[in-house]
Amino acid sequence: MAEREAARAAPKRPARGVLYPRWLWPAFATPGMLWLALFFLLPLYVVLSIAFGTLDPVFRSPIPVWNPLNWDPSQFQFIFGHLIGDAGFFGPPMLRTFAYVIAASLVALVVGYPVAYFVARFAGRRRVLFLVLLLAPFCVSYMMRMLAWVNLLEVDGLVNHTLGIFGVTPVAWLSGQPITVVLGLVYGYIPYMILPLYAGLDRIDNSLLEAARDLGAGRFSTFRRVTLPMSRPAILTGLLIVSLPMFGDYFTNDLLSGSPRTSMLGNLINTAVSTPGEAAEGAAFVLLLFALLIPPMVYYARSTSRRSMVEA
Amino acid sequence: MSEVSLERGRLPVAPSSERRSPLYRFLPSRSNPWRRPVMLETITWLYLLWSILPVGLAVLFSFNAGRSRTAWQGFSLRWYFIDPAGSVWNDPTLRDALFQTLKLAVITTVIAVPIGVIFAIGVDRWRGRLPAVFNFQMLVSFVIPEIIVGVALLFVFTQLTTFIPLGTPAQVIGLVTFQLSFPVVIVRARLLSIGSQYEEAAMDLGASPVQAVRRVLLPMLWPAIFASAVLVFADVIDDFVIVRALSAELSSETMSVKIYNGARSTATPALNALATIMLVISIVAVVLGFFVYRRMTRDDNLGGGAALDQFAAQL
Repeated sequence: MAEREAARAAPKRPARGVLYPRWLWPAFATPGMLWLALFFLLPLYVVLSIAFGTLDPVFRSPIPVWNPLNWDPSQFQFIFGHLIGDAGFFGPPMLRTFAYVIAASLVALVVGYPVAYFVARFAGRRRVLFLVLLLAPFCVSYMMRMLAWVNLLEVDGLVNHTLGIFGVTPVAWLSGQPITVVLGLVYGYIPYMILPLYAGLDRIDNSLLEAARDLGAGRFSTFRRVTLPMSRPAILTGLLIVSLPMFGDYFTNDLLSGSPRTSMLGNLINTAVSTPGEAAEGAAFVLLLFALLIPPMVYYARSTSRRSMVEA
Repeated sequence: MSEVSLERGRLPVAPSSERRSPLYRFLPSRSNPWRRPVMLETITWLYLLWSILPVGLAVLFSFNAGRSRTAWQGFSLRWYFIDPAGSVWNDPTLRDALFQTLKLAVITTVIAVPIGVIFAIGVDRWRGRLPAVFNFQMLVSFVIPEIIVGVALLFVFTQLTTFIPLGTPAQVIGLVTFQLSFPVVIVRARLLSIGSQYEEAAMDLGASPVQAVRRVLLPMLWPAIFASAVLVFADVIDDFVIVRALSAELSSETMSVKIYNGARSTATPALNALATIMLVISIVAVVLGFFVYRRMTRDDNLGGGAALDQFAAQL
């Protein structure tokens, strides 16, 4: 009797391994894939066809060329032709971008590492307090953080007032000072550096450090030979997370300097896109930026996805 | 880190300091492995001061009674709603910016989170090359400069089609595209730790695949979904590049765009007041989000610190 019941119930239950109809998961993913295809991949192709397109001779508006066989590389010839030499007006911003981004990322690392290290290893019972304080900047919008420094750094601002006590003449911090821009970038992006560093340092097993000490390593050599090597992936992640967005940053520069003497690649893009007739040039710069960042972005995505697999 | 404090109690580490100079406690002592790292702690506090003080001052000056953003002239709520022309509430451009920001944040969250959640489930369970590519792209969008997405979409909406106007519709599309990775990555992390055994058990008990997802998997995902919604909302409020690139007339500019436009020119504390309102909205969203998140995960036996750790790990 029970057997017959079971036999009748059996066909209802799909066999193991084919629990799901084949279309089920693709159907779940379809809306997201369509969205990304339509609003991420397609736009990149539009940028390509504008950058390699032609210009309307009268209105100077860009005419996209959709067929790759007819693409016209003159925009890129124009850009690369003006990188160096007498008319090399694109060269300095490019170099500056690299110099500022590298400097700001390294300063962020040098400042952020001890902070993350302290909170991960020594904060003890006050860890929650420190974490809240480290997370606080994420609640403050980037623009507000820059506005705060604009207020402080104005010629009659608090920084110059304080320096005045020591007899320093007021400095025009906000008109084309590279140091202001670099420190502004550090200030803006350093929270994104500290978080992955903290996560990485927190994961290091305490017993490894104790073993190093037991084996006679001093505090410094424990750090140099155990902690530092083990936090290398976190350092790399932190550097990528802060430096890649910095390459496209134009607003920090606009707010803290506003001078062509400190303009970066992001500023070139922003200016070109908002100037009538230079849209194609802007598209070419966007492509250049994208091409430049593809290797580090791919590296970041690969290492992150591999790590999440390992953790699971 | 609790091990450290435990060990400190257990080990007879500190040699008696009576014979040493009073400076002993400030000098490094090689014999005490658990001594307080004074240097590190100093650096940490200096960093925190540096990171929080300027913003604190900006908030303070939003309550300035005078027009200056650098000289204190007494406390007042003038720049919030008292001043008949220049305050956030009475200046139509600033007030519009406030509402536009909230509008974009709500619409984007409502669209991005559901798409992202089902996308995450689909990509996680569907083996193959295509989902791998999209998963890869999700991670890339964490580090891609926003200006690339913003300018590319600007070209789409001005050169390719014109039926989607710049302004709110274009801004929402841009924001959803950029924010989609939050729900996807957070929900996927949760899916990886859940595994597939619960759904399989549900289906062994007679649930259809869709029922298993809806009635077993989804309830387990709620905390992750909720956390990602909070993050998307708070992040959209702070967004600048995409919102500015895809804005049309003045009324579609958000608070962050107003701050960008005004920071170096029209200098009244109304701008600080606007920034402070943004700050309060973000803090309320995140703090409320954290407590609801902790309530949702209270069965996971997380202490306050561990819950905060986990919440932070999802940022």
